[in-house]
Amino acid sequence: MFEFKRIFKRSRYIEVKNLENEDGEKRPNIPSGMWVKCKTCGKILYSKDLENSIMTCENCRTHFRIGSRERINYTIDSGTFIEYDKNMISENPIDFEGYEDKLQELRDKTLLNEAVITGEGKINGQDTIIAVMDSNFMMGSMGSVVGEKITRAIEKATEAKKPIIIFTASGGARMQEGIYSLMQMAKTSAAIARHNGKGGLYITVLTDPTTGGVTASFAMLGDIIIAEPNALIGFAGQRVIEQTIKQQLPDGFQKAEFLLQKGFIDKVVDRKAMKDTLTEILKMHS
Amino acid sequence: MVTLPFEKNMYELKSKIDELKNLAIDQNMDLDKEIRQLEIKLYNMQKEAYKNLTAWDKVSIARLVERPTALDYINLIFEDFMELHGDRYYGDDSAIVGGIAYLNGIPVTVIAQQKGNNTKENIKRNFGMPNPEGYRKALRLMKQAEKFKRPVICLVDTPGAYCGLGAEERGQGEAIARNLMEMSTLKTPVISIVIGEGGSGGALALAVADEVWMLEHAIYSILSPEGFASILFKDSSRAKEAANVMKITAQDLINFGIIDRIIKEPLGGAHTNVDEMAASIKRNLEESINRLLWEPIEALLIKRYYKFRKIGKIVE
Repeated sequence: MFEFKRIFKRSRYIEVKNLENEDGEKRPNIPSGMWVKCKTCGKILYSKDLENSIMTCENCRTHFRIGSRERINYTIDSGTFIEYDKNMISENPIDFEGYEDKLQELRDKTLLNEAVITGEGKINGQDTIIAVMDSNFMMGSMGSVVGEKITRAIEKATEAKKPIIIFTASGGARMQEGIYSLMQMAKTSAAIARHNGKGGLYITVLTDPTTGGVTASFAMLGDIIIAEPNALIGFAGQRVIEQTIKQQLPDGFQKAEFLLQKGFIDKVVDRKAMKDTLTEILKMHS
Repeated sequence: MVTLPFEKNMYELKSKIDELKNLAIDQNMDLDKEIRQLEIKLYNMQKEAYKNLTAWDKVSIARLVERPTALDYINLIFEDFMELHGDRYYGDDSAIVGGIAYLNGIPVTVIAQQKGNNTKENIKRNFGMPNPEGYRKALRLMKQAEKFKRPVICLVDTPGAYCGLGAEERGQGEAIARNLMEMSTLKTPVISIVIGEGGSGGALALAVADEVWMLEHAIYSILSPEGFASILFKDSSRAKEAANVMKITAQDLINFGIIDRIIKEPLGGAHTNVDEMAASIKRNLEESINRLLWEPIEALLIKRYYKFRKIGKIVE
């Protein structure tokens, strides 16, 4: 029987998924919903369009955080990537309660073994060694495994006389491994020093966010330092600074453009132009 | 006498001994035997207490305003210390002092984080929290030491690198990173000694060395216990608990193989006898500097590289 009332019933809305989880952390992976709201400008984006624009908002240029696998797909020529140290996982060096469980949970959830993927491959036909950090895995924090994988990748580059490119995305040193994490800063920086000594090229690409012990070690040591637009890059966290100086921080503080203006990075490059820019740099050093 | 929370009993006993001493003088009584007995008791109590210090006790000792600062040691250990200033780019950071001096006749470069012994001095020294220009001054002096083949001795004592707006604008991260990189290949022997607080990257920026030592009650950590508690327990008031979890004492770190040597402090802590402490540091330095100066620099650099290269716990 035809129900007259149904004509006025509200149809179902399409669910718009916000790119934020309960902790207020941005979710860098491609959302499952069809529509995505840009966190910066509020525009509703069709997820296929978003993927086509390699996770950047067509309206306001906002670069969504992306995972390490996606990053490698966007950067390395298809079929050329060979991953290093794929199965390396962390121990619990200071016996921090619950750390092993947390790691296992993250491995299951993210299908990553740790917060960095390293390996070699080609960028528009040119050989490179690459390390890509992933903020999905414990905020990209650096513990023993991240330090070891990055150091090995740098050493391989030095030995094979290849360039090394590191995409950073990290909240800093990993607290759960205590002093061991701090020492990874020295270890990775020392490997860069050796690479420099042999005339090797080192490019860093700073992505949102790059902070703490990663900023204070290999992230800031590139021969050429590139950043993605609007990426948060700094040493201390903004809340800590505000508490220390007891005043509000200016707009744009610790953003990629701010660092460019202060002279600490070479270029701000859109994600869409990243592969071409890297290609150009590699060419000039080949 | 400075009293720490765990020293309350000892403080009471000490007061009693003092009372007895006064009594003996006032009443002209012979109480020597009693006083001596109590003094032995006090000594044993102290010895026992200092053997069983918790990590948090050590945090309290390391942070004492009365704890000797870098300049206290510099003046007692070295001869003719001449302070040199400025990073040649921006300014002179008073949280880091550096200069040239003699160690028993050998010219050396000394670089140290400087806290104050009182509030006024602490404000001048920014509580030992360096800005980027401090780290750049340190690097300049290290490069100078390399040029003139002087060994470098660093005294580490900082809650951490300063977290201010200007520090960020002037590249705190870059300044620390560069020190880590440059120190790893500095062509002259480097010894770093954590004399109080070794706070995070701000401490490490003076501690990529051939040998890293700690005073017996010093601490060296990835972050302050307060910061650690606030991040991992979401409650900064659980700092005491965090201190124990973090493994920050000299004894923990030597077991991990992160540091090379612990220098014993006088009973009751370095502040109870600065002269004795300084003399002990000096003895250690003399022996080691002479030994390091004899090693070919290439061998030294390889050793320095692997010293840090091997740190990390992984499963493959």
